[in-house]
Amino acid sequence: MTTVSVERLAKIFVEIADTLVDEFDLIDFLHTLTDRAASLINASAVGLLLADERGRLEFMAASTENAKLVELFQLQAREGPCMEAFGTGEAVINVDLAGATSRWPNFAAHALEAGFRSVHAFPLRLRAQRIGALNVFGENTGGDFERGDIAIVQALADVAAIGLLQERTIHRSEMLTEQLQGALNSRIVIEQAKGAVAQARGVGVEEAFALIRDFARAHNRRLTDVSHAIVANPDNAIRLR
Amino acid sequence: MIGRASVIKGLIDAEPIRAGGLSGLLERVCFAVVPVLSASGAGISMMTADGTRGVCIASDPVSQHVDDLQFVLGEGPCMEAFEHRRPVLVTDVADTATRWPLYAPAAEQGGVRAVFAFPLQIGGARLGVLDVFRRDAGPLTADQLTDALLFTDVTVSAVLDRQESAGTGRSDDLDAAIRHRAELFQAQGMIMVQLGVPLAEAMVRLRAHAYAQNRRLDELARDVVAGRIRFIPEAP
Repeated sequence: MTTVSVERLAKIFVEIADTLVDEFDLIDFLHTLTDRAASLINASAVGLLLADERGRLEFMAASTENAKLVELFQLQAREGPCMEAFGTGEAVINVDLAGATSRWPNFAAHALEAGFRSVHAFPLRLRAQRIGALNVFGENTGGDFERGDIAIVQALADVAAIGLLQERTIHRSEMLTEQLQGALNSRIVIEQAKGAVAQARGVGVEEAFALIRDFARAHNRRLTDVSHAIVANPDNAIRLR
Repeated sequence: MIGRASVIKGLIDAEPIRAGGLSGLLERVCFAVVPVLSASGAGISMMTADGTRGVCIASDPVSQHVDDLQFVLGEGPCMEAFEHRRPVLVTDVADTATRWPLYAPAAEQGGVRAVFAFPLQIGGARLGVLDVFRRDAGPLTADQLTDALLFTDVTVSAVLDRQESAGTGRSDDLDAAIRHRAELFQAQGMIMVQLGVPLAEAMVRLRAHAYAQNRRLDELARDVVAGRIRFIPEAP
């Protein structure tokens, strides 16, 4: 991964700030953020996980909807760099996967098999509270992250955390819980909608996601709202145009 | 988490059976929830997608009354939790007079200060809401919050499986092969379209098939997503 371009970074922050408006859709926002982060730092894949308050991390969004890669994010529900970053509040950087098989037996094996060489994880923090982690996969071993880049990716993670709140300030920790649980449920709705559209249109779930997202954008509707509409009635998936 | 979910199932099933069927299950959940969350009472309202209230059960008359209030007045944490598909955690109803001008004073008068409402849902399929009440104001602890969420998971599973007890239902879905969790939800959506039934019904059918064939839910889901297994509507 190369040193981050300041201009590209500035563009990304502007783009993100633009999305934090009334018609804000959380999952779409996180999708955009992870996608931009991946291209900014030339990462193979970037994923975001949220703590579900039942004691595990749940996958929320990634720079790719590729099922095999999503599996790698999902695998980290209880073990892996994201769990460490989330638990300690410290970034986990430049870990060579080949040497991590006793540290993360289940995760490291699958990540290596998928062709990755290195992995990094950044905690998602909101004031004193940690709410999840941002996961970065690189193909080269070690020495991937320069000091300056670490701070930038952490800043992107922090922006993701801010985006998770639809209120400007969180008055009570209860409000944060409510938001997080709502976000986690929204992700499930999107998966259900992907399945429905995949079936209705005879396509794979990855393509189904693209169809749903494109439909939402074309009609200026939220991704989550469109997904809710799709799963509300078995006929709606078929009618999606 | 799997361990704690099993403990919660055990607590539900340790409650004496006071009635059969769905009502019996919900009643046991209400009674089991109370000591675990240091609550004064609990209530569950089953609801249809348009917000119509169905079966409603509570641990005691005060809880039943405060639960009923929301539906009579048309406002309150339970309805908001259902509508917005996320928990509504009220540590003190006295602070909510602007939010619920009718419900807040009525709940307080009814003897309740804290209300925690948790939707019973899996994504787009909403079954109802679990309400937890306390006489005194104050928040849930982190552990209590975890337990409350696990209670909702266990209850949803048991309801979908038409079980009267929590322990005899599937346990592998609560921790369905973590790496294939997304496929479980995708399969639900696919079956919804294959059968032309509501999402909750698709979930029931998927689970029933897994049980009947003695298969892991997540493996069956993978077969559905891969197109190896299709659900076909029965001929009329």
